[in-house]
Amino acid sequence: MIAAGEKIKLATVWLDGCSGCHMSILDLDEGILSVAERADLVYSPLVDTVEFPEGVDVALVEGAVSSLEDASKLQSVRARSRVLVALGDCAVTGNVPAMRNRLPVKQIMQRLYIEGADVNPGVPASGVPPLLAQARPLHEFVKVDFYLPGCPPDPKAILSVLTDVLAGRAPKLPAVKFG
Amino acid sequence: MPQKRISIRIDGELVSTVEGKTILEAARDAGRRIPSLCHMDGLTDVGACRLCLVDLGGGGRLAPACTTPVQEGQAVITNSPRLLAYRRVILELLLTERNHICSVCVANGNCELQALASALGVTSVRFPYRYPNLPLDLSRDRFVLDQNRCILCTRCVRVCADVEGAHVWDVKGRGIYSRLISDLDQPWASAASCTDCGKCVQSCPTGALAEKGKAVEEMVKQTWQVTNAAERKRAVL
Ligand code: SF4
Ligand code: SF4
Ligand code: FES
Repeated sequence: MIAAGEKIKLATVWLDGCSGCHMSILDLDEGILSVAERADLVYSPLVDTVEFPEGVDVALVEGAVSSLEDASKLQSVRARSRVLVALGDCAVTGNVPAMRNRLPVKQIMQRLYIEGADVNPGVPASGVPPLLAQARPLHEFVKVDFYLPGCPPDPKAILSVLTDVLAGRAPKLPAVKFG
Repeated sequence: MPQKRISIRIDGELVSTVEGKTILEAARDAGRRIPSLCHMDGLTDVGACRLCLVDLGGGGRLAPACTTPVQEGQAVITNSPRLLAYRRVILELLLTERNHICSVCVANGNCELQALASALGVTSVRFPYRYPNLPLDLSRDRFVLDQNRCILCTRCVRVCADVEGAHVWDVKGRGIYSRLISDLDQPWASAASCTDCGKCVQSCPTGALAEKGKAVEEMVKQTWQVTNAAERKRAVL
């Protein structure tokens, strides 16, 4: 429980998604002020923290799990967060990143980095995390406490979930849809 | 012959209806919507999707409202935690069986499957996604068939056979390997029996059958027009 007046630690994470869900968070408009009053953004693509901190109250995770790096990031997010929210269709269903799932990774790499290259053809071997065989939704890797579908999710739905969590209530989702 | 009036109870409420109607129709006349997908007004019901399952009491098995006729004294439960649980499972299985990527779908925002999932509170799918490798049939000039979004409701099969009288569509295979086929499993463009009428496209509840050239969210089905045509034909016969 979070005591009255105390700020909760909020984190947002960007895995294999287009950042559209994060844009939807910014689209809360003035709603973001009411969130800021009750929460500190301790980790996010929007702030400078490098390491995902301990003792996070709520983590909103955008994107599917597509690489080894995504998978290990997600494990530490889960271990260090009290409430984990799958934010958006990529996190909830795999969505667009999962459109590659029917093709072998090798074939995709060959097509993109060798056949598709004008200069320096070759699959990068360092500096990029190795892809998993398929991009898959968060809950196939870790326990997800709450699902917020949508591509991107409606800012009103994000605000409603955040408001509930900030007030210490179990979130009640307004009507949402995939897509 | 005048139809015999009978009384049934729907969710406890006494409803007067006529013999020969289905539970789905009687419920709708009484202002109660039972979720349905394979049912379409004007077409013969086949009870394929099982979303309309209702409880007839007595602990017996559940019955599809779209194919079960009303009977004097029947007591029908159309909504309960048990029914909702089954309906959600059905929707989740439909969503995992093919590739439903609503965000890039022509039917996004106008899809009966998507709308039902939203209405019944399906916000995630508990079963592992299958991500099957499925083809599109782009052979025809005006229309496209995307197997990734087909839910095998057979509305297209029925409208083509019963209303248009062409019977281009059929289903081959069993279980998750079932596939919609045109004529003898050949590209749609070489299906000689197709009249290019587009009734199947307008009847399809999802983005599986669509008009070519439509972008994301642009495919709005004129299902009511097909229903009108079907009812006119029925009146003539
Ligand atoms: S057919 Fe419906 S459920 Fe499937 S992807 Fe398209 S909008 Fe989504
Ligand atoms: S193509 Fe559309 S109408 Fe035909 S069976 Fe598939 S979902 Fe139903
Ligand atoms: S609508 Fe009754 S089984 Fe599909």
